[in-house]
Amino acid sequence: MRLAEAWRVALDALRANRLRSILTMLGVVIGVAAVVALVGIGTGTKQQIEQQVEGLGSNLLIVVPGRLEAGSAPSVSTLSLDDVDAVSRIVGDRSRVAVTVASGETVRAGNRSTFASMQGVLETTPTVFVRHLDRGSYLTRSDVNTARRVAVLGAGSAAQLFGDRDPIGRQITVGGVRFRVIGTFEPLGQSLGVDRDSEVHIPVTAAQRLLGTDRIDALAIRAPDRDRIDALGADIVETLSERHPDTDFSAVTQQQILGVLGDILGVLTGVLAAIAGISLLVGGVGVSNIMLVSVRERTKEIGLRKAVGARPRDIGLQFLLEAVLLTTIGGVLGMALGVTAALLVDRLTPVPAAITWWSLALAFGVSAAVGIIFGVVPAQRAGRLDPVVALRTE
Amino acid sequence: MNGIPAIVATDVTRTYQLDGVSVPALRGVSLTVAEGDYLAVVGTSGSGKSTLMHLLGGLDRPTGGTLVIGGRDVATLSPSELARLRNETIGFVFQSFHLLARTTARDNVALPLVYRGIGRRERRARAAEMLDRVGLAHRIDHRPNQLSGGEQQRVAIARALVTGPSVLLADEPTGNLDSVTGRSVLTLLESLNADGVAVVLVTHDREVAERAHRQIVMRDGLIVDPAPGPTPGLASPFSSGSVPGPGPGESDRGPGLASDSGAGFVPGFGSGSGSGSGAGPVPDSVPDAKPGSGPRPASGPAAASGEGAG
Repeated sequence: MRLAEAWRVALDALRANRLRSILTMLGVVIGVAAVVALVGIGTGTKQQIEQQVEGLGSNLLIVVPGRLEAGSAPSVSTLSLDDVDAVSRIVGDRSRVAVTVASGETVRAGNRSTFASMQGVLETTPTVFVRHLDRGSYLTRSDVNTARRVAVLGAGSAAQLFGDRDPIGRQITVGGVRFRVIGTFEPLGQSLGVDRDSEVHIPVTAAQRLLGTDRIDALAIRAPDRDRIDALGADIVETLSERHPDTDFSAVTQQQILGVLGDILGVLTGVLAAIAGISLLVGGVGVSNIMLVSVRERTKEIGLRKAVGARPRDIGLQFLLEAVLLTTIGGVLGMALGVTAALLVDRLTPVPAAITWWSLALAFGVSAAVGIIFGVVPAQRAGRLDPVVALRTE
Repeated sequence: MNGIPAIVATDVTRTYQLDGVSVPALRGVSLTVAEGDYLAVVGTSGSGKSTLMHLLGGLDRPTGGTLVIGGRDVATLSPSELARLRNETIGFVFQSFHLLARTTARDNVALPLVYRGIGRRERRARAAEMLDRVGLAHRIDHRPNQLSGGEQQRVAIARALVTGPSVLLADEPTGNLDSVTGRSVLTLLESLNADGVAVVLVTHDREVAERAHRQIVMRDGLIVDPAPGPTPGLASPFSSGSVPGPGPGESDRGPGLASDSGAGFVPGFGSGSGSGSGAGPVPDSVPDAKPGSGPRPASGPAAASGEGAG
């Protein structure tokens, strides 16, 4: 029998049992759609976070206490503002060094209140992290030196507290202490479901006073020379280690953050794909099951085809192609459904999704392979049927 | 057609293993089906005639003895080669027709050509030709459920013929048909036989068997009587009770005629058999949708109603 003929026979058989074919396909459709949609969401999330990290610039260096290794306990910071001066001397430019001491605080304005990430910072933050103001102005060096109670609001916090009103010059309280709003940030959006616009920047000195500490959490440096960023990081870590003999320090570049995040999100995507893959596997078992039923149901037909000259492999091929058709048609429908679902999620929810060609190719390849793998056993069974027994079956 | 016998079976045995017990279905059967033969294999249920049929058709292999189909010893053939041999040499006609339900008459007839690797256009042309030959040119695009029993069996005969086989194996071809329709199917087989195709009929119906040129009687896996004509020992299985019950078409004719049919057709049968083996009146009687045609005017309208109602 010619191959083209075998395809036609298989297609005819599927058409003859339309409802059953569709229901069988449904398992594969859902499985493939789940793989495509979840991989799309995983990929989209990964891309978004990578873009955000890349937006920081490739010459950003972040210095934190503790070792940046899997399994190491988080360290309590021993850094203080004195260390900032030492680091600034190494970098050679104080405007390239930013600090943060962070705490979650309730922020109030009049009878409205919101929960925000309070960041104690230097006046250098917009330069180092490339942040743009929507209104007003940022903190000044004198604000920091005098621990002046002035604040810059993230777009989300500003909206929460003031709605459409202009917040500049108005009073807020952060952790019960009164501050005056002098500026607001442009919106940043969300990442991993966290609203990055719920923040309040105040002078680091004021924050330390509010929190009753003289520590800072971390340093960030915008290196003047991208090529020497690793050497600069090593110098800073060495200096800090001399000043704090009991503490380890780590300098992390954007490249390293991207690597670590990429690994984590890659695993996340893989796990999502694997979970979705299980449903595809279940769909494949469904195909196998239906094909076995189909072989039994069409035993008489198989017997007749053999009587008129079908070889075992002709019959086997017919059933194998049926299984492959079921899963590949299901695969294509599943891809369409998965892409649609991913795009809807991307459009209608804060969760990003991105469709990649490799995930579509993989889904299609896997569904065709599922058809072959799960079609082989029923096909062999059909091919080996004894025509005498098959013809006698009623 | 080169004079070689179509099928030669020599001391063929076939033993089935059922739950570890050996059940001999054939215990040494020798038989030659010559070119153009018209042979009836008769016997009661369990006599081994169906097993013999499957062996002669290359659907099964003997446990012992030699079986040569179309000049080839089936013991030396792989399953694929045997399938090819069936395709080229044998045409099967079954009691229950075995037509593909969702497939038109034309595509049913074309089915064996699919396995010969013949293109769709030529298959359809040859199938149409065969359907014309069995008098169903007007039913070409009908599906089996739109055809009467007799029409279905003629589609099956067209399918058996389409590959140009040297032997037609018909297993109770009239078993699911009323007697009038059954006779028209037999008449068709006989006209094909007259054109040179060997016909082997397996039946337990004496009327059917008597129309063949020779009969083989089987009992307990052996050929007990190769002599033509009815034998006293076999009279009992051919009581009128063994004639198939009224089919859906027969109900139209009323109970009186149906009860008559068992015995009533026997006297007129001699002439029917004689005309069937000759080529003369057969083409007239094949398209039995025409009332009043053929040599049996009394049964003509009945045949038409029987065919049409199925």
